[in-house]
Amino acid sequence: MVHESLAATNAVVTLDVALPSVVWGWIITMNMWAKSVGTGVIFMLFYLLKKYPNEAGSYRFPVVVISIVFIHLFLFFTVIDLHQMFRFWHIFFHPHWTSAITVGAWMATLFVGLLFLLAFASFIKKDNALFDKTLTWTVVLAIPVTLYTAGLMAQSTARELWQMPTESAQMILAATLSGSAAMILLDTYFKKLSYEAKRDLGIILALSALGAFILYMSELIFGPMKAEEVAATLEFIKGHGEYTTMFWIGQVFAFIAPFVLVILSISSRSEQLLKLAALSALAGLWVSKHVWLVIPQLLNMS
Amino acid sequence: MKLGFLVDLHLCMGCKGCEIACKVENEVPLSTWRLRVKYVDVGTFPETKRTFTPLRCNHCENAPCERICPVSALHYIENGIVNIDKERCIGCAGCVMACPYGAIYIDPETQTADKCTYCAHRVASSMMPACVVACPVEANIFGDIEDPTSNISKYIQQSNGDVQVRKPEKGTNPHHFYVGGGNVTLNPLASHRVEGYSLFNKLTHLPIGGHH
Repeated sequence: MVHESLAATNAVVTLDVALPSVVWGWIITMNMWAKSVGTGVIFMLFYLLKKYPNEAGSYRFPVVVISIVFIHLFLFFTVIDLHQMFRFWHIFFHPHWTSAITVGAWMATLFVGLLFLLAFASFIKKDNALFDKTLTWTVVLAIPVTLYTAGLMAQSTARELWQMPTESAQMILAATLSGSAAMILLDTYFKKLSYEAKRDLGIILALSALGAFILYMSELIFGPMKAEEVAATLEFIKGHGEYTTMFWIGQVFAFIAPFVLVILSISSRSEQLLKLAALSALAGLWVSKHVWLVIPQLLNMS
Repeated sequence: MKLGFLVDLHLCMGCKGCEIACKVENEVPLSTWRLRVKYVDVGTFPETKRTFTPLRCNHCENAPCERICPVSALHYIENGIVNIDKERCIGCAGCVMACPYGAIYIDPETQTADKCTYCAHRVASSMMPACVVACPVEANIFGDIEDPTSNISKYIQQSNGDVQVRKPEKGTNPHHFYVGGGNVTLNPLASHRVEGYSLFNKLTHLPIGGHH
């Protein structure tokens, strides 16, 4: 309706001092990307220990270390994005429980605690039974830790593009995509996994890429039919939009190329192609997440 | 008591007195605004007119900024005002992302969120908000929307349904109303923002965050 009325009214804003737009930039992209890897490797370790316990056994400690590093990267970028970062403790002493930020901060803290318990069980106590029991609870907690950013985006009611169901699926797929990619790359160093285990990781990577790509394309094609704000937002990645090139670079590197490379690697049993798919997915995921984060902020709210 | 605001756009002449009064009263830093007046030109020459729309926080009954704030820096006070505690704010900018009206910004001096508070400090002393006092044509009407005898309630009753809020589809239930508004004035997507068409083309913005 607005599209038609624009032509009819020829309404032009001639004086406004709109507030600066992009507030959540690359730091938040880093936050989401690092969290995807941090929780994703835990999901993958759980799967490998269930299906290939003998091969994956020696990955208990290295994977926990990777998860700790990436979760701390996530926490680091969370804190440095705050304009008053030294007041971060307010979240723990003045918590407001309706906020996804508060719930996420508490869950992430608990998650870090469980990761250190896993590190203790595998490195100091060397108790696999304790590790595996704790890992189950860590995986359970990793799900809401992965999802809470989707909740935060959904609570950002000004940004119509971010809807909870789609963003939840995107967060989980990002975790399985980056987790499987990180495990494939990890195994190029440790070389403990059989071809079958690596093929499984490749399949998880390809299916995650396919799922995420379908979601993005669905939003791109059908989103504008639902709401005028979504239509206006998606103009930034269509045609000669400001972020069109970056959007498609992200889609190709994160989803299309990894999907094709995994298929080729399985058909030719090529581990090099699998590694390439993993690298492409990790780099592309950052780009696609960044575009999706920024474009709703380019839309004027008033 | 639930305090609300009503702007009669038939009366507003775009003098920006309210904008300046707000800046002075609340010491709003350069490049940021708690209240601003948007000009939209409509039509094709010679059949043109200019509309003026004062924009400020809507003090929503179901405020997304209050819900998303992780530390309750944004909170309701008893009279319905959505107030902000700048000492508690951690500057996460969640409220900036949540506000459908673009009414919240990061203060470049304090590095915390800030917005219109309906001059809560003046209201606490039984004074009117600074913008109401400054308006030369009484286009700003402020009062208790739960009291049927208040000026604002009477104005709403007498306006025969010509009372609107911004983005009602968001379900925020704003306590800020407009009389004489339309799609062009209240819907940001209903007007072009053409480069070079602004009356002031060389506005300078200060960086929103010191470390960004």
